[in-house]
Amino acid sequence: MAEPLLRLEDLRKHYGGLDVTDGVSLDVMPGEIHAVIGPNGAGKTTLIHEITGIVAPDSGRILFAGQDITRLSLPRRVRAGLARSFQITSIVAGFSARENVALAAQARSGSSFRFLRPASGEAVLNDTAMAALDLVGLADRAAVPAGTLSHGEKRALEIAIALATRPRLLLLDEPLAGAGPEETERLIALLKRLGADYTILLVEHDMQAVFALADRISVLVYGRVIATGTVPEIRGNAEVRAAYLGEDDA
Amino acid sequence: MTREALLPLAVLAALAVAPLAGFGGSYELTLLARAMILGMAAVSLSFLVGGAGLVSLGHAASLGVGAYAVAILDAHGVTEALIVLPVAVAAAAGFSLLTGAVAIRTSGVHFIMITLAFGQMAFFTTSSLAAYGGDDGYTLYGRTEVAGTRLLENRLAFHYICLGLLALTWGLCAMLLASRFGRVLRAARENAQRVEAVGLAPYPFRLVGYAIAGALGGLAGVLLANATEFVSPATLSWQRSGELLFMVILGGVGRLWGAILGALAFVLLETWLAEQMQHWKLVFGPLLVLAVLFLKGGLSGLVARRHG
Ligand SMILES: Nc1ncnc2c1ncn2[C@@H]1O[C@H](COP(=O)(O)OP(=O)(O)O)[C@@H](O)[C@H]1O
Ligand SMILES: [Mg+2]
Repeated sequence: MAEPLLRLEDLRKHYGGLDVTDGVSLDVMPGEIHAVIGPNGAGKTTLIHEITGIVAPDSGRILFAGQDITRLSLPRRVRAGLARSFQITSIVAGFSARENVALAAQARSGSSFRFLRPASGEAVLNDTAMAALDLVGLADRAAVPAGTLSHGEKRALEIAIALATRPRLLLLDEPLAGAGPEETERLIALLKRLGADYTILLVEHDMQAVFALADRISVLVYGRVIATGTVPEIRGNAEVRAAYLGEDDA
Repeated sequence: MTREALLPLAVLAALAVAPLAGFGGSYELTLLARAMILGMAAVSLSFLVGGAGLVSLGHAASLGVGAYAVAILDAHGVTEALIVLPVAVAAAAGFSLLTGAVAIRTSGVHFIMITLAFGQMAFFTTSSLAAYGGDDGYTLYGRTEVAGTRLLENRLAFHYICLGLLALTWGLCAMLLASRFGRVLRAARENAQRVEAVGLAPYPFRLVGYAIAGALGGLAGVLLANATEFVSPATLSWQRSGELLFMVILGGVGRLWGAILGALAFVLLETWLAEQMQHWKLVFGPLLVLAVLFLKGGLSGLVARRHG
């Protein structure tokens, strides 16, 4: 069996009396879309924060491509190949869509301590940005100030930004949250396409989307992974149904 | 080129023809030189505030370090610009680098307070420099020489040197903000976490930006010391830092060249009012408040809307 790309070993984090991450161990295999589902407040976002270095776990280890990254900062982890989207979209609202992605491309292409040339004139960065925007279907919105994009477009933009960092693992925190039905459909199609080329850890509330996209699912309840398995395994798991899915949902 | 891109050039051109258009008397030239010098400091502060989002309330300290470098070297008989200028600029950059290394770890109100505190530290340090006049300040033996010549003594030459360095400051800051480096600063101003999430830590970029602004403030300090041939702790009082910040806001935070307008308006209005009445500050203060309240985008915003 292949080495996992991401391995969480007994991660723990508590806020006061709340065990928000309660001994989570989890493997994300290269090439898979691994979904994490769980009720609100289960600790999914906190888990993504721990993986990306925004929240420090109390104990446990995070291994990425075999390397211990538990103590690295967010920028260092991104340079190691992690990229994420945020549950609450995080973009530079005053930049155009293209400059948002170009910033990510620039972070990946040589030093950013360059002072003389106008960055907006760097063809390589602009081309990389346009390619990523094209991939997520935003090519014709490239010049628009990112803050004025629709909610679903901002979601897509954030994914384009993540792609421009040339990640080995994409961590997406509820990429469908708040998008309209049409936008949701487009985003699901996008995620499906990305799944062909990228390893993805997907936190998502939309059950239909998760069942359509995921290769494997981990179910997080009160900071614990109560089950990990393929879609049919999770659908058929009695404990999961009781704890989370509800009878009419499956 | 868009019309808005021409506006800063129009402002600089107006300053270039001013001496030939009836503002060539020594009184006017003194006033304009002061406005341009404070304009340089304001532009470099605008680079920090509007570009990097670093609202410093201690920018006068870099001005003061530059000015005191002139005074201290003068006291030791060193008056050659080829030495004075690099020493002063390096000292101001070094001061900003050291204090910035601490200040930039904080943000928001804390950053404002800590830059203020460093500014006050510099202020009290200069007050205690008994060898260089202490509280009373230090009068230079003469203006700094340029390659052995007394070029700066010539008011007209001094005018164009101030203008040239003001243009250089503006051009440099504009270039930096447009560069890769500036893109990181601008992005981090709006959303630091986004910058981290593409793999860049904002801290070193901000620190370098802070040091560059300090160096430019020091350059303005060299000119300020020469303009008045006098240096005192008042050069770096916290009120001066507040005035610089005010010029930036008055001129419009989003546009570097706005700071030039802000400095011009500030200096000219202050001087004019002081000549009209004894208690001019009672009028000046409320006028400034009104300007901030009603001039959205500052003076440069007003001009850009008319002509942009
Ligand atoms: N910084 C924090 N301090 C205290 N409690 C927190 C903090 N962050 C999250 N929590 C709590 O941890 C729990 C899990 O939050 P979160 O990870 O956002 O869950 P999810 O993403 O699964 O909805 C929630 O009860 C939340 O209130
Ligand atoms: Mg969440």
